[in-house]
Amino acid sequence: MDITKLTIHELRDMLRKGEISSEEIVKAYFDRIEETEAKLNSFISLNKEEAIKSAREIDKRLKNGEKLGDLAGIPVAIKDNIVTEGVKTTCGSKILENFVPPYDATVVKKLKDEGAIIVGKTNLDEFAMGSSTENSAYKTTKNPWDLERVPGGSSGGSASAVAAGQVPFALGSETGGSVRQPASFCGVVGLKPTYGLVSRYGLVAFASSLDQIGPFTKDVEDCAIALNSITGYDSKDSTSINREKIDYKEALVNDVKGLKIALPKEYFDDSIDAEVKNKVYEAIKVLEDLGATVEEVSLPHTEYALATYYIIAPSEASSNLARFDGVRYGNRVKDYDSVEDLFVKTRSQGFGEEVKRRIMVGTYALSSGYYDEYYRKAQRVRTLIKQDFEKVFENYDVIISPTTPTTAFKIGEKATDPVSMYLSDILTVSVNMAGICGMSIPCGYANDLPVGLQIIGNAFEEKKVLRVAYTYEQNSNFERKQPKIGE
Amino acid sequence: MPYKTIIGLEIHSELLTDSKIFCDCSTEFGGDVNTHTCPVCLGLPGALPVLNKKVVEYGIKAGLAFNCEISERTKMDRKNYFYPDLVKGYQISQYDMPLCQNGYVEIETEDGVKKIRLRRIHIEEDTGKSIHSEDGGSLLDYNRSGVPLIEIVTEPDMNSPEEAKLFLEKLKSILQYIEVSDCKMEEGSLRCDVNINIVDEETGKRSTITELKNLNSFKAAVKAMEYEEERHKKLLEEGKDTRRETRRWDELKNETIVMRVKEEVSDYRYFPEPDIVEMEIDREWVEEIRKELPELPHVKKERFIEQYDLPEYDAEVLTSSKALADFFEETIRYFDDSKQVSNWIMGDISRRLNMENIGIEDVSFTAKDLADLLKLIDEGKISNKIGKKVLRAMFEEGKDPNTIVKEKGLIQISDEGELKKIVDKVLSENQQSVEDYKNGKDRALGFLVGQVMKATRGKANPQLANKLIRESIQ
Repeated sequence: MDITKLTIHELRDMLRKGEISSEEIVKAYFDRIEETEAKLNSFISLNKEEAIKSAREIDKRLKNGEKLGDLAGIPVAIKDNIVTEGVKTTCGSKILENFVPPYDATVVKKLKDEGAIIVGKTNLDEFAMGSSTENSAYKTTKNPWDLERVPGGSSGGSASAVAAGQVPFALGSETGGSVRQPASFCGVVGLKPTYGLVSRYGLVAFASSLDQIGPFTKDVEDCAIALNSITGYDSKDSTSINREKIDYKEALVNDVKGLKIALPKEYFDDSIDAEVKNKVYEAIKVLEDLGATVEEVSLPHTEYALATYYIIAPSEASSNLARFDGVRYGNRVKDYDSVEDLFVKTRSQGFGEEVKRRIMVGTYALSSGYYDEYYRKAQRVRTLIKQDFEKVFENYDVIISPTTPTTAFKIGEKATDPVSMYLSDILTVSVNMAGICGMSIPCGYANDLPVGLQIIGNAFEEKKVLRVAYTYEQNSNFERKQPKIGE
Repeated sequence: MPYKTIIGLEIHSELLTDSKIFCDCSTEFGGDVNTHTCPVCLGLPGALPVLNKKVVEYGIKAGLAFNCEISERTKMDRKNYFYPDLVKGYQISQYDMPLCQNGYVEIETEDGVKKIRLRRIHIEEDTGKSIHSEDGGSLLDYNRSGVPLIEIVTEPDMNSPEEAKLFLEKLKSILQYIEVSDCKMEEGSLRCDVNINIVDEETGKRSTITELKNLNSFKAAVKAMEYEEERHKKLLEEGKDTRRETRRWDELKNETIVMRVKEEVSDYRYFPEPDIVEMEIDREWVEEIRKELPELPHVKKERFIEQYDLPEYDAEVLTSSKALADFFEETIRYFDDSKQVSNWIMGDISRRLNMENIGIEDVSFTAKDLADLLKLIDEGKISNKIGKKVLRAMFEEGKDPNTIVKEKGLIQISDEGELKKIVDKVLSENQQSVEDYKNGKDRALGFLVGQVMKATRGKANPQLANKLIRESIQ
C-alpha cells in the first residue's frame, strides 16, 4: 500500500483504527517529497522536524483514546502567502525573503487546532500574481503530468504537491482563479469558497475584495472535510460573515435528481479548446442521465470580466503592497541617500516584473483624473457581472463550465505575453468578482493532460456545489490515472 | 488698504478610547517604545483592521456636540502615501462619506456671537512617530500607530488670529466636556493645522493660501497666524504674492519657516477600504448618544449664572473647563457660599494653576479640602491671610487644611485674655506709635495691629487686635 496515494478520509480511518500512526504517514509523505521535489519544485520551505514532532504528539493523543477531528495527524501544505508563526513566509517574493511572521493566519490556527501537520510552504506566483507559478522569485513549479508544462497558478505549488502525492491536501488562495485553474491543470479538486466564508486574516493581501483561501484535495469528500475545518466567522476579519456553521460532509449525497444546471453560452464559445469542451460535455451528460436538467443561459457581461478584473485587482494591489517599503521587515537595500531613495530602491529591487506591472497599472487607475474612468467604472461593471449571476441563480442551482480554456500550457509559452497569460483565467475571474463560490474537479484527460470541470454556486451554496461534484465523482466513468512524474 | 484675513483650521484630536481604532492594543500615552503594538497596528502582511465601535460612537458624540448632521451611511477609505511612520503605506481615513458634516461652533467675539461652520468631522488612524537620533539615524516608535483620531475641518470662517484662538478654546473645551479627548497639545492629542490668506477688500485680490503645521500650542498658533497676516500683507502691498507652501512656527526665531513648497496637489489615490465594509449608522443609536451627551459649556454657564448667582465673567471662567466647573460644584456641596468659592477658585487657585501650567484635575487636594478651608475662614478659626498660606501648603503638601492648621499651629487667637497680654507687650514696646495715635495719626494704629500680627505670626484675630489696641490706648 502506498500511503501517499490515499485520501484524507482513508488516512483518517486507518489512524482511528490504529492501523497506522501519524508519524508513519508524515514520514511517508516526506519520503515522497524527497523523491519528487527536485523534479517538481512545489515547495519554498519544508518543516520536517517540527512536522514529525507534531505527528508524535497526535499519536500520543490518539493512543490515549482522545477523540480527534478528521484532520488530526494528516499532513497539509500551505501556500506561502498565508502566514505561519515562526515559519518563513515569502509570498514567492525576494522582498520577503527572510520574513518570519510572529503570528498564524486564522486558517493555519484552525488547522493546527484540529491536529493537521504542516509539512511546508508551497511555491506561488509572486504575491499570487500569475497563472503559471513562473512568476515566483525562487523557482518554477512543474506540472506532475508533464514536467515541461506549468501547474497553473498562482497556487501552482499547492496543486502540484497534491497531484504528485507530496501531501494529501493543501491550502491555496484565489483572487481570480488561482485555486481552480491550477486544480484543473493538475487534475485535483480545488474550491474557491464564497467571499467571507473563510477568514482572510493572515492571508497576505493581493486584492482584498477578491481574495479568498481555498483547499486542494484529491477527492470531493476530502474537499468537504477541509472546508469544514477552515470555515467559520472570525472577529479578526471584518469581511468574514457571521452565520451558522455548516457541516459540508452533509453535502456528500449521491443524487442530482431534479437539480437545475445552467450552461452559460459565453463559457463554451470558440475560444475554448474543443477537446476540453468535449470532456466537459461528457461530464454534463453524466449528470443529465442522473436526473439533472440542463439548460443554456447567458451571462452577458462575461466579455468585460477580465478587463474589469485587471483594473480592480491591480488597484487594490498597488495599495496592499505599499507596506513593503524596507522600513520594518523584509529586504532593504544597503545603499540609499534618503528615505525616498530607500523606498524606491528597495521596491525596485525587491519586486519582480509582473508585480511591478500591476502596481503601475493600479496606481494609474486610482490616480486623480483617472479614478472615475477606470476604478469607479470597473466597480459598476462588477455590479453588473454580479447581477448576471444573481439572475441565473434565480432559476438554477448551479452553473457548469470548463474551468480553463485549455489544458496546462508549456513553461515559457505565455511568460512574455501577459495578456495571453491573463486569458487563462477568463472562465474563473467572474466568480471572484461576484463573490460567489466555484469548484474545479477532474473530468477526464485531453492528450494525457487533466481537464477540469467547473461547478459554480451562488453565495454560500457550497453544499449544492459539493453535492453535484460528489455525484459526478461517484458516477464518472473515465479511467483515473496517476501522474508518472517524469518517468 | 483694508485687508481681511481668512483662516480655516484642520484639527486632529486623539480619542480617549481604551484600545486602538483597528486592534486591541492600548492607547495609553507613554510606555516603552513599540510595546503597544500587534500585527494589526504594525501593518504586518496578512493582518486586517477591525473597526472599534467606540471610535464611531465618540465621533458621533463629537458630531452632535458640534451640531453636525450624522451620516446615515459612511465608509472608510485608504489614503495612500509613503512615509516611514505609516506602516501600511496608506492611512485608513474617510474621504467622500465622512461620519459627520455641516456643523458649527459659536464663539463670543467683541462684536457678539459668531458661528464658525464645520465642514466635516471624520475618523481615522494616527501614524507612528519618527525619533531622530543624534548620529543622524531615524528610529520608529509605533505605539501611536492606530490610535483613533477625529479630524475636524472648518470652513474659512475666522477673520483674525484672535477668532481662531477663541474657536480653538471653545473646541477644546467641548471635546473635553464630552470626554472624547483630553486635548493635550504637549502630548500631541490635539493638533492644529492652519490655512491662512488675506484678501484686499478694495480690489478683491487674494494672497495664495499658506498652510501652517507643527503648531504645538494655541499660543504658537496665534503667533504664527499673526506673523503670516503681516507677511501676506507686506507681499501684497509690494505687488507680490505668497506661494502655495507649508510653513512651521519657529519658537526661537519668532517667525514662520518654509517646510515644503507645494508644486502640485498631492495625489493620495483615495479609494474605499475593502477590508472594512460600508456602515449604516443606526438612528436609534445616534439618539441614545445624543441623550447621553453631558451639559455643554454654554448651557452650563447660563445655569451657573442663574443657580449660583455669579457674574457672567465668573461663570464663563468657571465653565471654561469641565474639570474646573465640576470642582466648583463639588466644593459648593460642602460649603454653599458660591461667591466665596468662586472668588477663591478664580483668584489664588487659578493663579497657581496658571503659574504651574496645570489643570485643577492635576492638584493633590480635593474639592472637599477647599470647602474645609473656606469653613475655617468662615468660622473665624483662621484669617483670610492665613487661609492663603494654608492653600499654598495644600498645593505643596497635599494635606487637608485641618491637618495643616493643626500641625503648623495656625488657629487664630480669638481669646481676649490671651491676646490682651500680647497687645500690652506690643504697646509697651512701641510707645512712640502710641503717642502718634493719640496725636491723631491714624496710620499708627495700622502699624500697631501689624506688630501684633507679627508677634503672633499672623494668628491674631485682626478685628479683635484692633479693638483691644484702641481700648488700651484710650
